[in-house]
Amino acid sequence: MIQKILIANRGEIAARIIRTCQNLGIKTVAVYSEADQQAPYVKIADESQLIGPPRVNESYLNVDKIISIAKDAGADAIHPGYGFLSENGEFVQRCQNEGLIFIGPSSEVMRQMGSKIAARKTMKEAGVPVVPGTDGGVDSLEEAIETAHKIGYPIMLKASAGGGGIGMQVVKSDDELTKAFESNSKRALTFFGDGSMFLEKKLENARHIEIQLLADEHGNAIHLFERECSVQRRNQKVIEEAPSSFISQETRKAMGEAAVSAARALHYTNAGTIEFLVDENENYYFLEMNTRIQVEHPVTEEITGVDIVEQQLKIAQGKPLKIEQKDIKINGHSIEARIYAEDPVTFFPSPGYLSKFEEPKGDFIRNELSVTEDVDVTPFYDPMIGKLIVKGDTRQEAISLLKDALLQYKIEGIKTNIPMLLKVVDHEEFKIGNTTTDFVQKHYLPLAKTN
Amino acid sequence: MELKANMAGNVWKVNIKEGDKVETDQDVVILESMKMEIPIAAEKAGTVTELKVNEGDFVNEGDVIAVID
Repeated sequence: MIQKILIANRGEIAARIIRTCQNLGIKTVAVYSEADQQAPYVKIADESQLIGPPRVNESYLNVDKIISIAKDAGADAIHPGYGFLSENGEFVQRCQNEGLIFIGPSSEVMRQMGSKIAARKTMKEAGVPVVPGTDGGVDSLEEAIETAHKIGYPIMLKASAGGGGIGMQVVKSDDELTKAFESNSKRALTFFGDGSMFLEKKLENARHIEIQLLADEHGNAIHLFERECSVQRRNQKVIEEAPSSFISQETRKAMGEAAVSAARALHYTNAGTIEFLVDENENYYFLEMNTRIQVEHPVTEEITGVDIVEQQLKIAQGKPLKIEQKDIKINGHSIEARIYAEDPVTFFPSPGYLSKFEEPKGDFIRNELSVTEDVDVTPFYDPMIGKLIVKGDTRQEAISLLKDALLQYKIEGIKTNIPMLLKVVDHEEFKIGNTTTDFVQKHYLPLAKTN
Repeated sequence: MELKANMAGNVWKVNIKEGDKVETDQDVVILESMKMEIPIAAEKAGTVTELKVNEGDFVNEGDVIAVID
């Protein structure tokens, strides 16, 4: 029985996990860096501990410190959130060695899926179609160029260990590849400790559609339908919605079943997401698997009524899934907008002191916030300061609710992407659901400089 | 002239040494802020007379990164 959990994360996801723990009567321990002393999640936890200076290597990635705080506090389990240590197989192993339950899959599965190169291979063997590309990594620029010619430009250059859009770049020529290869590999090495690169064909007019999975330790696996996440900037998601307005019921069923069989083939446990690229003809191709909870999980919760964090905790305690596939239904339409502390046109970060912050309120609005008024938005972490989630009966209604909610924000002291979000949701192509992964480039950037 | 950081961040890459000649718009230093690379470029051609930061340093908005004359 889990009675106390340490949340090895910060910001909105830490607050979100704490909330479900409180609903379940589980005690919570929060950790925070010197930069996060005033953060809201610290105040709502039952206990909190300073973990180190602001830099992630000295704080949220400090495994020894996190484990020692967990043990001193008498925690039974650690929830890693997303990012940070959530997909670190060694950390999972370490928790196991120390008698702490890790809320997530096994270290073996994590290591397998953590390398995008290895994941593609596993999925191929499991009969899941993958995005055309290299079977292994490319070890040198020369090899990359040769391979790019075989695949045909445009290609996506990707870091095998990457996440959050980092270490990936569209490349259209040998010249661009030459410039991109080393810099992306170096970034990947810096951020993820692994500079291995591989190549994929860049699919045109594709949609990023992912399937949410839940699997218990008794061989039961179900999916909670899909999320459409094509509106992105810098390969990082900005707007996500559930369900997708593009795929047919048939495709939905096929993708869900493919994802569940893949989960079974992997002996996957706990929550996870399989990401696909879907082309104009509804052909779907495996992109990667995220062996953790994702930022955009709320839109799935809103349309299915399932609390994914709660399911994670139950699965981690060895309980069998009480939900069957036939019980999961799509109810309404939900959209999430990520609020980033950045310039809405250049996307350059905008750290600063948040002198004013008021979030939107309403019956169909859900806020997940990392900040509150009177805090510093520091440059040490991801620029996302919060998420706005709305739920409507239809997609049209959800868009309308989203727009009204975006207009309610009162923020001073930093720039945000809210002006960008407003332009996107008002765009005809967004309204009719023509959201492909080049949406921001094709439809937003040309508008961006106008008022 | 003093080349300053236009936002808070970590000094990720230093591309020059004291004594180097730089051209207009040449990237002198690359900051990392909120997981994004922010190149700081020389506003005018000149010689780097002082380099005030090392890779790994944290700078605040307005901190002097280098002096170029």
